[in-house]
Amino acid sequence: MTQLALVIDLNVCVGCHACVTSCKEWNTSGGAGPLVDKNAYDEDPSGTFFNRVQTFEVGEFPSTETVHFPKSCLHCEDPPCVPVCPTGASYKRPEDGIVLVDYDKCIGCKYCSWACPYGVREIDESRKEMTKCTLCVDRIYNPTLDEADRLPACVKACPTNARLYGDIHDPDSVVSVAIREAGGYQLMPEWGTKPANHYLPRRKTRITIRDEELERSDNPLKIDSKLPRPGRDEPSLDDVTSW
Amino acid sequence: MHPAFSVIFLTTLIGAGQGLFIALAIVEFYAALRLLPEHASHYYAAGSAISLALLALGLFASFFHLGHPERAWRAAAMWRTSWLSREVIVLPVMMGIAFLYGVVHLIGINPVLFSLPGNVAVPLTLLLGIIGALVAVVLYVTTAMIYACLRFLQEWHSPLTVANYTLLGLASGFTLAAAQAAFMAVELVHFLAVGAVIFTVLGFLSRTASLIRNARLKAKSTLQTATGIKHPTIVQKSQGFMGGSFNTREFFHGMSEMFVRSVKWIFLVGVFLIPTVLLLTAIFMRGDVSTVLASAFVIQYLGLVAERWFFFAQARHPQNLYYQSVA
Ligand code: SF4
Ligand code: SF4
Repeated sequence: MTQLALVIDLNVCVGCHACVTSCKEWNTSGGAGPLVDKNAYDEDPSGTFFNRVQTFEVGEFPSTETVHFPKSCLHCEDPPCVPVCPTGASYKRPEDGIVLVDYDKCIGCKYCSWACPYGVREIDESRKEMTKCTLCVDRIYNPTLDEADRLPACVKACPTNARLYGDIHDPDSVVSVAIREAGGYQLMPEWGTKPANHYLPRRKTRITIRDEELERSDNPLKIDSKLPRPGRDEPSLDDVTSW
Repeated sequence: MHPAFSVIFLTTLIGAGQGLFIALAIVEFYAALRLLPEHASHYYAAGSAISLALLALGLFASFFHLGHPERAWRAAAMWRTSWLSREVIVLPVMMGIAFLYGVVHLIGINPVLFSLPGNVAVPLTLLLGIIGALVAVVLYVTTAMIYACLRFLQEWHSPLTVANYTLLGLASGFTLAAAQAAFMAVELVHFLAVGAVIFTVLGFLSRTASLIRNARLKAKSTLQTATGIKHPTIVQKSQGFMGGSFNTREFFHGMSEMFVRSVKWIFLVGVFLIPTVLLLTAIFMRGDVSTVLASAFVIQYLGLVAERWFFFAQARHPQNLYYQSVA
């Protein structure tokens, strides 16, 4: 069975909000109607978004790290938001595991948002219907788009490739490999919701450089040089000519 | 959570309506067993009319909670999984039974359906009353389970929630029944007021038990589990936007600690202390107790509104971890 999901690499996310704006742009222009921004240019604006990028500071000054943390519906494999919906408007698609809201059935009771521990469902203040990330279900299967564009809008927009997309039930997919090899984890595992979206943790990126990597013992340029050998700071052929 | 008045009125109004109906059914049952004197059917008819009115007002209030009330009929669909859907089904059934019960008493065509051993005749209204009382109990459970089933709202996820909704509903219903009896069937005042005291005291026990439980709760979710970052010090610097959002409105009550704490004391006094004193006064006083009992009901009802407000405000939703800082 397929379970489509996003894997978000916190080691790479720079907090630019490109995914937020791109998500909003695609989803506010869709067939379901706009995602309203109330008082957009006035006091006390309020908007509906499927995806938000938050920023956390970890540690105490001066040893701190800034973690940018994109958050959208995690398309839980055992979604607590679905069984509570009285109308059946909230449902999980068996074929690809995407959790969706059938807007025409939603009565706007907000019960599902209470039942989601992650705070990713937002009621649209004008449409009075519950809205949330659709994993761009209207892009990923869309025959009118180029093959290369059949990706969630946020994934396409991310300039640092912090957002991976694929089937986490396929062990060879890019997302499964990333989860396996880079320590992918789920949010709030204590509630047993089994979120499909995973996060990749921050990693220390170090490289150890040994002398012979800078000045290879078999470096022909140095081997061929006159004795006594020039010092390491002396220009080599690479530095003085350009080819 | 942000307490919504639509839901506060829904749960308190129907709670009292169900309690009143149960009180009527018990009175009729006891009368059939000849433990209480017989009563004129207009007493029952008036009682079920009040009960029906409360249920209808509650239903009316609930529509203000919905974004699309015109689609509300769809909410009966998912009764297999959703307690909200179950409530949506049971509430109209309860109203239907209260209506029939009242009408049969009003027109007075009340055939005896069968007899129980000991020469106890079971007329139509008694059967309706017993079924209605059972449905009322089921309705308490469905209403409370809407909240009690949400496992990560730890303050609600407890059998005490069901006990509180049931006992507090019964308490206000019996107080109302006693007040009604003071106007229409004085000989019942004693019986109903004693019932109201019993349910008020039981409600006090279960409500304080849940207050104590909630005061000791330790939140299972932390910023560490919410972000997956394993470091003792994590501070949110930005929630990702500076304007408002559904998430910053729906899940925060926005009142001071002080205010929340005062509401707690207000409801403890309003739901339990004053009504108990007034009910006891009515039990031991001679003469006309209708004003005493009517004020007991009004005060207890207002206390329950505060109690429900507190019930919502006290619940801390784990999503709030993600909405701590505007920058
Ligand atoms: S993240 Fe929330 S809205 Fe999305 S599937 Fe899980 S519980 Fe439902
Ligand atoms: S708000 Fe809509 S989707 Fe959510 S539980 Fe209510 S009817 Fe279902």
